[in-house]
Amino acid sequence: MADEVRARADPPDRLIVQVSEGDATIWSRRDFFSLAGWGGILAALSVGGLAFGRFMFPRVLFEPSPVFKAGLPEEYPVGTVSERWKQDQRVWIVHEPDGFYAVLAICTHLGCTPNWLNAENKFKCPCHGSGFRRTGINFEGPAPRPLERIKVALADDGQLLIDKSVLFRYERGEWTKPGAYLKLKV
Amino acid sequence: MADLKELKKKVVESQLWRSMFRHDYLDTPRNRVLQIMANVWLHLHPPKIRRHAIKIRFTWCMGGITFLMFLVTVVTGVILMFYYRPVAEYAYADMKYLEFDVPFGMIVRNMHRWAAHGMVITVWLHMFRVFMTGSYKPPREFNWVVGVVLLTLTLLLSFTGYLLPWDQLSIWAVTVGTNMARATPLLGTEGPFAEVVGVTPRYDARAFLLGGTLVGPPTLLRFYVLHCIFLPILASLLMIVHFWRIRKDGGISGPL
Repeated sequence: MADEVRARADPPDRLIVQVSEGDATIWSRRDFFSLAGWGGILAALSVGGLAFGRFMFPRVLFEPSPVFKAGLPEEYPVGTVSERWKQDQRVWIVHEPDGFYAVLAICTHLGCTPNWLNAENKFKCPCHGSGFRRTGINFEGPAPRPLERIKVALADDGQLLIDKSVLFRYERGEWTKPGAYLKLKV
Repeated sequence: MADLKELKKKVVESQLWRSMFRHDYLDTPRNRVLQIMANVWLHLHPPKIRRHAIKIRFTWCMGGITFLMFLVTVVTGVILMFYYRPVAEYAYADMKYLEFDVPFGMIVRNMHRWAAHGMVITVWLHMFRVFMTGSYKPPREFNWVVGVVLLTLTLLLSFTGYLLPWDQLSIWAVTVGTNMARATPLLGTEGPFAEVVGVTPRYDARAFLLGGTLVGPPTLLRFYVLHCIFLPILASLLMIVHFWRIRKDGGISGPL
């Protein structure tokens, strides 16, 4: 009789799991599966995201080749800036007494095509008035940095070989690198 | 008359009708509220609103008009998709074809175009109204953030749609626009820390957008997918959140 009363007054609570000190683990079963599930989803999304990122950069581009032959060095008079390739390739070829360099005809302000003004000995952008010296150094207008030079070499057949995929930036000290200037006495 | 009633009874009690509509609609106040509450689209709105919320002088209805503009561009845009091909050889010709040879093509294209222009204008006016009435203040500050993202998406929708006629204007506009991506921090060749990451013009944020190093046929296709699939879905999802949050944040803000 006394046992019955005690049982009713103090029923065993079956809803709360009693964990004794010895059985205690860091994670419960629920925590483990939750973490594993979300971890799996996150991992799958990350792998998929990375793959998609790479997917968006094809190995082959169907674009005009950045390399072109610009004719024989003798075709460019010494001391001139040639606009011969500006229309087709957006490149100026400058022939100095001791060699050649090529300048990319893309304004460093917003990407317009500047003009070579022979009388004023400067490149001038018609869009916002940026001016560049014969070397390509900016000196007026909004352009923040000099024009970029590109790689000049001699091809096997003696023609000038211009590679627009290799850029040389003055502010990084790259104009002294090999390829930025072709030493050649014509 | 008796025949008509007989006929209606026959139709309404047929198994075909009953399989679709289990019972009649009783026009009671309770059913009217339930129509709103239980509707998957309309439950985003509150079943009841305060008197000031419908004052045109207070809201200008600019958010609603923006949404209307969005719906117009969606409907007309889907109609345009029946003719337009996002391929460099065809895109410009298809645009001309729609303008001159497809019946009602000109009005559909121009509705799409003007609704898009209108949406940009009304979304700014909506933002202006929300700012001037202080409706961005707590508890509505998160909905302001959602709205700013929606504004950006509206501008991106316009920008991606701008390329699709594939004429000189659109190609050069997008050339200038995507040149800005060169200056992305870390991911653009001309941006800060580009040397650390080692990005090149061939593999950077701009090339990701263009599908190459210049605005060409891959760019047209990419912008088409962004314009017709990615951005509208994103904008729709955020609009659902935007409208639902109005209700959750206590309805349209009161006059100052």
